[in-house]
Amino acid sequence: MSALLEVNGITKRYPGVIANDNVSLTVNAGEVVALLGENGAGKSTLLKAVFGLIKPDSGEIKIGGTPIVFGDTAGVISRGVGMVHQHFQLVPVMTVAENLILGDEPKRGLFINQKSAREEIITLSKRYGLEVDPDAVIEDLPVGMQQRVEILKALRKDVKLLILDEPTAVLTPQEIDELIQVIRNLAKSGVGVVLITHKLHEVMAVADRVVVLRGGKLVGTTSPKETDEAGLAQMMVGRSVVLQVNRTEAKRGGVVLEVKGLEVRDDRKIMSVKGVDLTLHKGEILGVAGVEGNGQRELVEAICGMRHRETGNVLINGVATKDMAPHAVHEAGISHIPEDREKHGLVANYTIADNLVLNQFDQEPFAKGWIRNLGEVAKNADKLVEKFDIRTPSAFNTAGSLSGGNKQKVVVARELSEELPVLVAAQPTRGVDVGSIEFIHNQLISARDNGAGVLLVSAELDEILSLSDRIAVMSDGKIVAIVESKDADRNYIGRLMAGLKE
Amino acid sequence: MSDTKVVTESKSKPVKSFDVGSWLIPIIAVLVAMFIAAILIKLQGSNPITAYKSLFKTAFGSLEGIGLTLGKSTPLVLSGLAVAVGLRAGLFNIGAQGQLLSGALAAAWAGVTFDGLPGYIHIPIALIAGAFFGSIVAGISGFLKAYRGVHEVITTIMLNSIVMAIADYLASHQLREPDQFLTRTSEILPSAKMPIYSHLPLGFFIAVALALLIWWILGRTTSGFRIETVGRNRHAAWYAGISVKKTVISAMLISGAIAGLGGAVETLGITYRYAPAFNLGLGFDGITIALLGRVHPLGIIPGAILIGGMRAGAANMQFDSGVAPELVDLLMALILLLVTAPLITRFFKNNSNKSMTSGWGN
Ligand SMILES: Nc1ncnc2c1ncn2[C@@H]1O[C@H](COP(=O)(O)OP(=O)(O)O)[C@@H](O)[C@H]1O
Ligand SMILES: [Mg+2]
Repeated sequence: MSALLEVNGITKRYPGVIANDNVSLTVNAGEVVALLGENGAGKSTLLKAVFGLIKPDSGEIKIGGTPIVFGDTAGVISRGVGMVHQHFQLVPVMTVAENLILGDEPKRGLFINQKSAREEIITLSKRYGLEVDPDAVIEDLPVGMQQRVEILKALRKDVKLLILDEPTAVLTPQEIDELIQVIRNLAKSGVGVVLITHKLHEVMAVADRVVVLRGGKLVGTTSPKETDEAGLAQMMVGRSVVLQVNRTEAKRGGVVLEVKGLEVRDDRKIMSVKGVDLTLHKGEILGVAGVEGNGQRELVEAICGMRHRETGNVLINGVATKDMAPHAVHEAGISHIPEDREKHGLVANYTIADNLVLNQFDQEPFAKGWIRNLGEVAKNADKLVEKFDIRTPSAFNTAGSLSGGNKQKVVVARELSEELPVLVAAQPTRGVDVGSIEFIHNQLISARDNGAGVLLVSAELDEILSLSDRIAVMSDGKIVAIVESKDADRNYIGRLMAGLKE
Repeated sequence: MSDTKVVTESKSKPVKSFDVGSWLIPIIAVLVAMFIAAILIKLQGSNPITAYKSLFKTAFGSLEGIGLTLGKSTPLVLSGLAVAVGLRAGLFNIGAQGQLLSGALAAAWAGVTFDGLPGYIHIPIALIAGAFFGSIVAGISGFLKAYRGVHEVITTIMLNSIVMAIADYLASHQLREPDQFLTRTSEILPSAKMPIYSHLPLGFFIAVALALLIWWILGRTTSGFRIETVGRNRHAAWYAGISVKKTVISAMLISGAIAGLGGAVETLGITYRYAPAFNLGLGFDGITIALLGRVHPLGIIPGAILIGGMRAGAANMQFDSGVAPELVDLLMALILLLVTAPLITRFFKNNSNKSMTSGWGN
């Protein structure tokens, strides 16, 4: 019997880069293959080729022994391939049910059979243990829930091969555990799974085989039995990676940021920050741990002047900042790595150079009065591209052409280059590869060591535990506990995050 | 900006390169439009070669012809530029026509009213009056967009009708030429008439200078960067501390001022007065020209000259080949269709992973 998926010598060039360089790979039925690699290694490109979305320059892809036609996604789907894209493909104004049936709607005459659509969704979500509300509108859902809809959508057809491109980047630890269980069950029932993820412990937990790409080339195949997380990281990056962050004791100084009695509503006008008090000191990292959707996003946006504060104050160095004025808050001394880099952090069709001065374009030395100094913008770009290891052929390529991790490095580089007293970092390593995570972590630590107060908000408990000097646990819009990180106990914090008392 | 590319040897200098590929679309669009029109001319029994020869010979074959062409091109450069500035800020200003009319009437009023001034003062005053009123008309739409969230396409279209009605009313009442049968304003004073230097009209050079200025502003100034950023990603603009409201309003004010100037130049250089039948369509042609010029301030100039030349040569073409001057309108419509088709597909393609879906990464 032939393999479920056979990839033979795929090469795909983009202007200035070889995204895939003669890559070959097989996946058998019932097997979970993890595809690892740094951002920009070519993982998404390879799987897009498998799904028929792009046409490689050379090479061949067979499903069940017969070659696929590149560009014929419908044909690939009909042969039992489902894909969950890194980039969501949902229509935000439609409901969960509508999104799930989109493209293949159960019909009654000319009309969509809403009732049978809903029933189908409910059975589907029961079958895989992925609960969703079929009537919720996508844009109102947290990203984790949207991801679940994406996965259900891929599972709706009778899949033989399921491709998951970074499905866990936005999930909470519990959701990840559930997803891993789903993947195991699927594999047991004979489905082949290809999984891209940057989280090495997930790979260790679920993969039968691990394939590593670096710079578009396949550099090795291994399995969790033969190696450990450090070994995987080394294969990806081509050098040894320090997974544990090295940091010295914080030299805590005076208070730089004070949040007093803050109350904030979310987009649906529901109170989601319910009276938060925080103090952040110079030279420390204060981590805010919590399951996503417990008010962290609204808290960050309100601190940074991007969301209306119902009541309460945000003080920088003792001075109150203005509500709803991102520029004023920035000038008062807050740098902000925003959670949604595509929406807020970057202008996709600007050059990397322009993005690196996005919130300083009208300040010296990047402008003199009314006139921009493009020479300084370019110099700044060269400096930061090098210092922050942004992988691009040129600082004058558009930011949109970068891979996710490199986009994030652009944002981090811009926000850290100013050395303001307060840095608010929201999910700073989401969807970023191990090498870049290590890099960004070190940058956060060195910002702290240079005297900044860092407010780190992350859904990754491990990230919080390894970086923070103090940890604030947020649950249901409130800070339920603040602990020194040396006293922190993973289980205890996990229970608090889940809303359990002590 | 977005069209900067790098050259390998000097890494720290952004080098603007002329992106050939993206300019191929308008060139092909024009050629294909002319080809389709040629077939129609042929079907109608005339000779397309004769027609085109006559058209372009009249327009570009002599200094006189070129002067006429540039005169016709001037308001087109300005209305194209007005639409382009709006598009750069993400605003679709369909109201260039109304803004242009108000500028034309304001210049006619200023040209008649201020007596005893030398030309070098009178002309600028009349031009500024035109720009000012164009700016006010567009500013209304900008304000409604920024503070009331009303879409600019709707308000600018509505204002087109409102401005036209008011202008025609004023031209037939308060500003009407006394004791005359025709509904029109008096002829402007000689001191307000824009000079023509050996067939070449002053207005054209003003228009080109303005295009260069706008190009420089968009590419090199902080205000230009604000406009471009708001046009490309207003969420990021807001995060970066750019006031989206102020930027939307100022882009509309600039856009309207340019359109108003277009009307003023037409009054002071060509028509010498305002009459309800004048200036028709100039503002709408601006949309075609802005898109033909790839929304680039300098790209608009060749587009405007081409269309202006066709308008200049149309009458002679009819004389030489029997093809009606409406051919030019046909060509414009075809060009608009052919230029926008790829833009529209690109728009949907971009949007399929921007506003239609949400997510991150790549
Ligand atoms: N549509 C595209 N146009 C140009 N370059 C691209 C395109 N898609 C991907 N690339 C480039 O190809 C390389 C591989 O990208 P990708 O497959 O997305 O990486 P990964 O998924 O491993 O992070 C990167 O350098 C990226 O910039
Ligand atoms: Mg990817």
